Amino acid sequence: MDNVAVKKKKRSFSDVMSLRKTKQYITAFWFLLIPLILLILFTYLPLVDMVRYSLYKWDGFGKMKFIGVDNYVEMFTKPEYFRMFKTSLYYLIGSFIQIGLALVFAALLMDSKKTKFTNFFKGAIFFPYLVNGVAVGLIFLYFYQPGGTLDTLLTSLGFSQETLPLWMKTVGLNNVCLAIVSLWRYLGQNMVMFAGSMQSIDSDLYEAAALDGANQAQIFRYIILPNIKTVISINMILAVKGAISVFEIPFIMTDGANGTATFVTKTLEVAFTSRKIGMASAMGVVLLVLIMIITFIQKRFFEKEG
Amino acid sequence: MKKKVLSVLLSTAMVASLLVGCGDNGSAPADQPAADAGDEGTEAPADNEGDEAGEEAKEITGEITVLTNRTDLIDTDFADYKAEFEAKYPGTTVNFEGITDYEGDVAIRMQTSDYGDVLMIPNTIKSTQFSSYFEPLGTVEELSEKYDAAFLNAKQSEGVVYGLPSIGNAQGICYNKEVFANAGITEMPKTPEEFLEDLQKIKDKGECENPYYTNFKDGWTLTQWQDHAWGTCTADPDYHNNGIVNEEAPFSEGKSNYIVHKLMFDIVAQGLCEADPTTTNWENSKGMLARGEIGCMVLGSWAISQMQDAAKTEGLDPSIIGYMPFPVTVNGKQYATAGADYCYAININSENKDTARAWIDYMIDESGFALNQGAISIVKDDPMPDTLADFSDIELIIDNPATPENEGKFDVLSQESEINLYAEPEKQRLLEAAMGSTNETFDDIMNDWNARWKEALDNYTPE
Repeated sequence: MDNVAVKKKKRSFSDVMSLRKTKQYITAFWFLLIPLILLILFTYLPLVDMVRYSLYKWDGFGKMKFIGVDNYVEMFTKPEYFRMFKTSLYYLIGSFIQIGLALVFAALLMDSKKTKFTNFFKGAIFFPYLVNGVAVGLIFLYFYQPGGTLDTLLTSLGFSQETLPLWMKTVGLNNVCLAIVSLWRYLGQNMVMFAGSMQSIDSDLYEAAALDGANQAQIFRYIILPNIKTVISINMILAVKGAISVFEIPFIMTDGANGTATFVTKTLEVAFTSRKIGMASAMGVVLLVLIMIITFIQKRFFEKEG
Repeated sequence: MKKKVLSVLLSTAMVASLLVGCGDNGSAPADQPAADAGDEGTEAPADNEGDEAGEEAKEITGEITVLTNRTDLIDTDFADYKAEFEAKYPGTTVNFEGITDYEGDVAIRMQTSDYGDVLMIPNTIKSTQFSSYFEPLGTVEELSEKYDAAFLNAKQSEGVVYGLPSIGNAQGICYNKEVFANAGITEMPKTPEEFLEDLQKIKDKGECENPYYTNFKDGWTLTQWQDHAWGTCTADPDYHNNGIVNEEAPFSEGKSNYIVHKLMFDIVAQGLCEADPTTTNWENSKGMLARGEIGCMVLGSWAISQMQDAAKTEGLDPSIIGYMPFPVTVNGKQYATAGADYCYAININSENKDTARAWIDYMIDESGFALNQGAISIVKDDPMPDTLADFSDIELIIDNPATPENEGKFDVLSQESEINLYAEPEKQRLLEAAMGSTNETFDDIMNDWNARWKEALDNYTPE
């Protein structure tokens, strides 16, 4: 008898639990529905369409002509499409410097006891990220103009105007200048992510380290770094992704002229100037695949380390 | 006719009553004149509507949306036109939607049915596609009674007009008269060599920093050169649509495109332009031209009024801005490519086509918009604008439309070859070479263009 009673009780309890679970699932379903619809509507459907377009020759208005993989063949046989990735190297190097700087700033600003005005500095460094990309482009256009802000600053430091280079005209240098703009803009975002994850490290660890007499460098190497590795890895992936898909800054500041064109500005030109929507879609697909491969490799790399 | 007389009377009455209001020393109540105008306004429309119902079954009423690239005029000139139009056709409302990146945005919006009632036809739309997007406005034959037939060819397909040019342009060069006079230039250059010599003179004089200003950074400004490769350099109205499209090497030495691009290249290569073309600023360049910091810029005649406005803003006499023909002589005579600016069209999905048509007719026939802009009006009886005084000896050449077998071919070849003669990327490439940013020579680029053009021509299949 006893056993039966216990069994009964158990069953009804699990019934309640499963009912509750079902309810939870339903709630979760409704909550997820909207983001999922948005995701499908604005990310996956266009993606499917992009893959489809890439198999056609189409000017965006008229009839679509199926040509199979011809767009891909043309892209891989003509060097002018892939040459653009060279520009990305500037941004890639720039973004590694950016991550390094962000780590340093985050570590310095984490301890509000040792550094003064931490909130002010955090705000100041984060602020550029909040500025609209177009505005950033325009600000720096004036900054790099001959006789512009940068030149004025340097001449006041004793350089003469004649010896200064034309920042945006000199090929190579102009890409460095643009990469610096990108660094200035995104440094704050990296720093905030690092600072956030550093603050979530258990403070006991610091105390223990302090008791053991560890110095700042050791704390950074053996406590902070291992604890924020995931965030660093995410930032690395974002950096590489950002570097090969740079768009806003060169598009606004130089319109991709004078050797500053990136793969994405070139894609835009192919799509909307040459009106080869099929070709541009193929370029988009290639970019996507490339980013997926890099992300995959990086993930594997970081997983192994862990 | 009756309608017109009425509207003239009405507007005269309104102006008169306003003037009375102004002249008044304040002895009468201030609202008196306004009330007068209002009375007149309510009386007249009733008559107007009656007329229309009797004459034709058109319903000119309701709301229309006009897409425009002239964001600078919406609150000024266009507001006046809107008021006049709405007074003429009571019950109508005209809304403007200014679009800064007109070409790009509108072409994308045309994928939906929501692209205004009246719009300017984006240049990327091919003539074969007109009938699926726009309402036909009449045949070339019908419309040529009132309008200059050559301008009607701008946006027509198989003899049916789908777009009427808002203004006509003649292609030339905006220049600062004082800068040229101060450098001792009395006669306008007639050949590329003379032009380069004159720019050198201006540079040597040392007063003007930029004898020529490329506006390289803004890109589209470079495309202003392209039209000179047609009528100006060939004197052949067929070359653009029926000539170059069957040539295998249109960028070889001596060809019109070679001449035009060579001059552009030489100006930069010889350092006769701004020191740093990569940081130029279009808006600033207007004031710089007026102040004499820039000698000249190749721009369509549409730009003259903008330059004159800039001169006024600087407190200078707007007549300082001159407009000279492109320095090329063909068989002892100078020509200038002329053409249509953006063309008004009616959205085929519009629910208010009659009102849309009335707006287009009003803008072209009555508003005086073209002449106000210092541009050519497409109405036959209208005079040439004052701004084109330097063009008195120049013969204007307006492109003939493509013959059926060449229909749309120029655009296809230009896009397929990715030379995009009416876009900036390749022109920027040319000037990058001229600046020394790349190691290409002028002839390298021309040979490359020839090769790409031939490839596109070989692969060309009519649609």
